Amino acid sequence: MTQVLEKQRERVVVGKKGLTTNYAIAQAVKDVDVDVIAAYPITPQTTIIEKLAEYVANGELDAEFIPVESEHSALSAAVGASAAGARVFTATSAQGLELMHEILHIASGLRLPIVMAVPGRALSAPISIHGDYQDLMNVRDTGWIIYIASTAQEAYDTIIEAFRVAEDPRVQLPVIVSYDGFLMSHTTEPVEIYDPKVVREFTPRRRNTRPILNPENPITMGALATPDWYYEIKYQAINALKSSRGVIDEVDSEFNEKFNRSYKPVEGFMIDDADYVLVTYGGAATWNALEAAKEARDRGLKAGVVRIRLFRPFPANDLVKALSNAKAIAVVDRAVAPGSPIEGPVFKDVYIALHMADVDKPMLSVIHGLSQRTMYIRDFYELYYRLRDIAKIGKSPQESLFMGLR
Amino acid sequence: MGVADKQIKVGIRTIWDVPKEEYFGPGQLTCAGCGPSLAVRHILKAAGPNTIIANATGCIEVTTTQYPYTAWAVPYIHVAFENAAAVASGIESAIKALNRKGLANTKAKVIALAGDGGTYDIGIQALSGMLERGHGVLYVLYDNEAYMNTGIQRSGGTPRFAWTTTSPVGSKIRGKVQSKKDIMSIVIAHRVPYAATASIAYPLDLMNKVKKALDALDEGPTFLHVFAPCPPGWRIDESKTVEIARLAVETGVFPLYEWDHGKFRLNPPSNNHIDKSKRKPLINYLKPQGRFAHMKEDEIKAMEAEIDSYWDYLTKLLKAFG
Amino acid sequence: MSELKSWTQIPMGGYITEPKNSMNNKTGSWRTQRPVIDQDACTRCRICWLYCPEPAILELDKPYVAKNGRKYNMTFEINYDYCKGCGICANECPVKAIKMVPEVVQQ
Repeated sequence: MTQVLEKQRERVVVGKKGLTTNYAIAQAVKDVDVDVIAAYPITPQTTIIEKLAEYVANGELDAEFIPVESEHSALSAAVGASAAGARVFTATSAQGLELMHEILHIASGLRLPIVMAVPGRALSAPISIHGDYQDLMNVRDTGWIIYIASTAQEAYDTIIEAFRVAEDPRVQLPVIVSYDGFLMSHTTEPVEIYDPKVVREFTPRRRNTRPILNPENPITMGALATPDWYYEIKYQAINALKSSRGVIDEVDSEFNEKFNRSYKPVEGFMIDDADYVLVTYGGAATWNALEAAKEARDRGLKAGVVRIRLFRPFPANDLVKALSNAKAIAVVDRAVAPGSPIEGPVFKDVYIALHMADVDKPMLSVIHGLSQRTMYIRDFYELYYRLRDIAKIGKSPQESLFMGLR
Repeated sequence: MGVADKQIKVGIRTIWDVPKEEYFGPGQLTCAGCGPSLAVRHILKAAGPNTIIANATGCIEVTTTQYPYTAWAVPYIHVAFENAAAVASGIESAIKALNRKGLANTKAKVIALAGDGGTYDIGIQALSGMLERGHGVLYVLYDNEAYMNTGIQRSGGTPRFAWTTTSPVGSKIRGKVQSKKDIMSIVIAHRVPYAATASIAYPLDLMNKVKKALDALDEGPTFLHVFAPCPPGWRIDESKTVEIARLAVETGVFPLYEWDHGKFRLNPPSNNHIDKSKRKPLINYLKPQGRFAHMKEDEIKAMEAEIDSYWDYLTKLLKAFG
Repeated sequence: MSELKSWTQIPMGGYITEPKNSMNNKTGSWRTQRPVIDQDACTRCRICWLYCPEPAILELDKPYVAKNGRKYNMTFEINYDYCKGCGICANECPVKAIKMVPEVVQQ
């Protein structure tokens, strides 16, 4: 069985390249054969669209590349193109993501299967080009499906899955694939590239699965809804996001069959018997936490790491399963929600998910890695000892821990 | 095919050539006597069913697509206020790509439709971007000279001295202080193949310009500035919408002209108005409008001077580019 | 007033899939005055039809012989279901064949 799988993978994998996550994403966008790219440059996304412009200029990718004059127009053009039936991609970060904010809500409200890459970056002010996830956290309520990748390979794979999920007739929602700005967008990792023919078979063009702008069947999109109608129209999208989880799992399973790689919405490392667990998202935080967990284990602490890959719709049940046996949990947020009861945005989601399932563990909210402030392995290592102490006390600290703050 | 040929090629010569098919309304929630409503009706008659509309938020959008009813018989999308041109750019690119890749075979033409609010001000960036990138889209500006849908607030297209709720007539400041932005000059600076002014009072001219503008889309973007009065906003009787639009042309306030492949041309009756004596007195245009009712002698003279100066400029354009 | 359907019964995304279904909305109920065409004075010039913003004037293949003996093969009629009573038609008619009269509400 393994031999057959290996042979199958050989046919499917056509190369192994050293790629930055940005270039891996550009490769995936090319492999799925998008029709329209509308994007505006912003650090650290620029190299994605530069590479895509190169592909289009060389004829390697048959697509219209629209060099729009702002991010607001980038997503607006993507909305128009998607509404006209095209397969569409865009990418942005931080200030650009903020600038297009109103269109994010509109894209999901209009049920358009746009895929957008977002290397996370800190938000101004003060202005910073460096990575964190504040920009992503600010769009968590916009109704988009949101994945957070932790490796270049995963980003490549997830872009392919994203088009499949977005365009599924049961979903029809836009998808964000996010990852570490700079720490992943600009660092090189080995990435296995698939045969584009197989990729396109996996992301087939579906005709007549959604209404599009076409004179043969004139429809009106973007109507004004009065209080009598807004609720029902919005609820459709809310429900679609919730139930997209089924399709996301289905697609992952099929992806595994085709490409022999699977990514669960929540990934656990050494969690079966873990007492102290760090919940992370993205690349740098996760892999550093894992290094720290291994060191902690060497010193007798039962440490584990849980990575959240699917952020929206939030995988509450999976998290509950992964964390029910822990004695104390810390959520490492690379973003802040100022003025909240506790300032870690993902901490809030995790805390609610656990408590809704009556899982009551002492939990610590950690803020770290803002604007790419270095997250040392020893910081994560220290967190495991903090969790040990917190477990002894048996009570959640009442304030977020702002790690690395001078 | 030379420019002269395009000038002669006129699709609608008489009122009886106007197509009977209606691709718009009735049943929309526009005010009685709405200028923009009439403009859209005519534009769609000229454009026909193979048209995709990208509409900005505004009077037309809100009144013609109140769920669950739509007044449109052509494909239509509304996204936001400032991005009609960006959305249209996306649609045009999609059609290009899909047709080229053999995934579709559509002949539809794309029209971006926005009011003066969504064009002069909040929409100027997207418009400029679309023009600069050369998308094959016809941008139609329906100009009722204020943000009418939100209750008559001033826009960059509001004329000087006009009363609006945000340029009210008070003891210190009397109506709008700034002059109307010259949107046509901004558009022409992008070197588009075709741009023209038009009016609901000259529907045959308007419809022919729509056809010409759509015909030129394989060369690049085109633009129509359509004068469409608003009875509640201008404080005119709702039966006078067309009459006021006609007076705007006859008094020289809103001249009809074309920029046709780098050639400037005044259209009838504006081609006779270089001679000021051939223009009707400005007061004929101002008197029926409540938004100008406060104007004193010196203010009317100032407005007249502005119009004269604009005609000086048009005369020079005609000499240089006619 | 349209039926208030449930979220499972309406098209996805707030799309309206029936073109020009605004015709279900009879805006004629708005008017406070109505245009009346004097068919004998009307010269069938098409101007009223051209300038109606709704449009609420019907161009019909209805032959008519006017009182002055003129024969027409068509007739223009106001579509009172939609006419908002703006009076543009009356204002633009070159022979003043259209009069605006107060809309009488049925008691």
